Amino acid sequence: MLGWMAWTWPTAFVFIGIFSAMAVLTIIEIRHPGGGERKGVLGLTTTRGDRLFISFLGTAYIFLAWLGIMGEPLWFPLGFSICWGVFCFWKV
Amino acid sequence: MKKQYQKGWLFVTPVLLLVAFNALIPMMTVVNYSVQETFGNNLFFWEGMGWFESLLNSDRFHAALGRQFLFTGLILAIEIPLGIMIALAMPKEGFWVSICLVLMALPMLIPWNVVGAMWNIFTLPDIGLLGYLMNTTLGIEYNMTQSPFAAWVTIIIMDVWHWTSLVVLLSYAGLVAIPDAYYQAAKIDSASSWAVFRYIQLPKMKQVLTIAILLRFMDSFNIYTEVFVLTGGGPGNSTTLLSIDLVKIALGQFDLGPAAAMSLIYFAITLLVSWLFYTLMNKQDSN
Repeated sequence: MLGWMAWTWPTAFVFIGIFSAMAVLTIIEIRHPGGGERKGVLGLTTTRGDRLFISFLGTAYIFLAWLGIMGEPLWFPLGFSICWGVFCFWKV
Repeated sequence: MKKQYQKGWLFVTPVLLLVAFNALIPMMTVVNYSVQETFGNNLFFWEGMGWFESLLNSDRFHAALGRQFLFTGLILAIEIPLGIMIALAMPKEGFWVSICLVLMALPMLIPWNVVGAMWNIFTLPDIGLLGYLMNTTLGIEYNMTQSPFAAWVTIIIMDVWHWTSLVVLLSYAGLVAIPDAYYQAAKIDSASSWAVFRYIQLPKMKQVLTIAILLRFMDSFNIYTEVFVLTGGGPGNSTTLLSIDLVKIALGQFDLGPAAAMSLIYFAITLLVSWLFYTLMNKQDSN
């Protein structure tokens, strides 16, 4: 049924990751409502969802920039992206 | 814990389902295509990040992206100030208000492909009103099918004609919402008309202008139909904007992998700019 979507395992894992992250945030939101709003170092008032979005958007740009400038392999941008995600949830 | 928004879910679910079918699932498919090569017949071969890498280093993509930013930049630089100027010049009350508003709304009611076809005929050098006037009566050589400069001038004037009204209407809405007390205070202080604009009208229009810029950015960055009908991306590749190039790759060459990778980069740019504007608007609200 899903043949036309041309699924591959790596892309499936990416989406499983994204949806799991959203599910985890939903559970945290149910347990602790209010979104954990705070004013971060960028001067933005962010909720947990905002921080996840900024992490993902930043990650996309880190990978694209690395691919455009340095090319493969992609272990370094993966490391940067994880650091960026940690930074987003910690400080932004 | 206080329970809230239970009924809200009921109302939101149909929209969620709709978005899932018309946006999320196609989007996931595009992601899947972007890492594979296909020759049709539903056969796919793993390509990894190869399409992204070659695209980000391709001159063709850089050129199309550059043209797209140039187009959007020019459009915003012309339409926003022009829209504000027209809104300021429009009457605030009386008989002419509705006539002006209807006249302003007219270009926006015309379908995009019709706008392209209209301007195509309008600018043809032998039969078009503008083309004939420029070439024969005024003696200025103007042929958008041959000269890239003429093609650019035409697509920009066409977009300005089509969409400045949106900026006008939004700015006008912002202007008429300013209470008279501000103007009276300015009059008492004998403020110049520039000072009134700079310190009263512009700050009060900030919100609607942010929305106007965002809408015009999105629309002009994703523009396809009008330019395609008018110039087809030509002459040569001079008006091949990002979306036109994307369709050429996806449907013309049937290179679905590179086209999917290109769509995702296109999407990332639009997403970043929209997020920046959204954040800016929220910041203004909280201030």
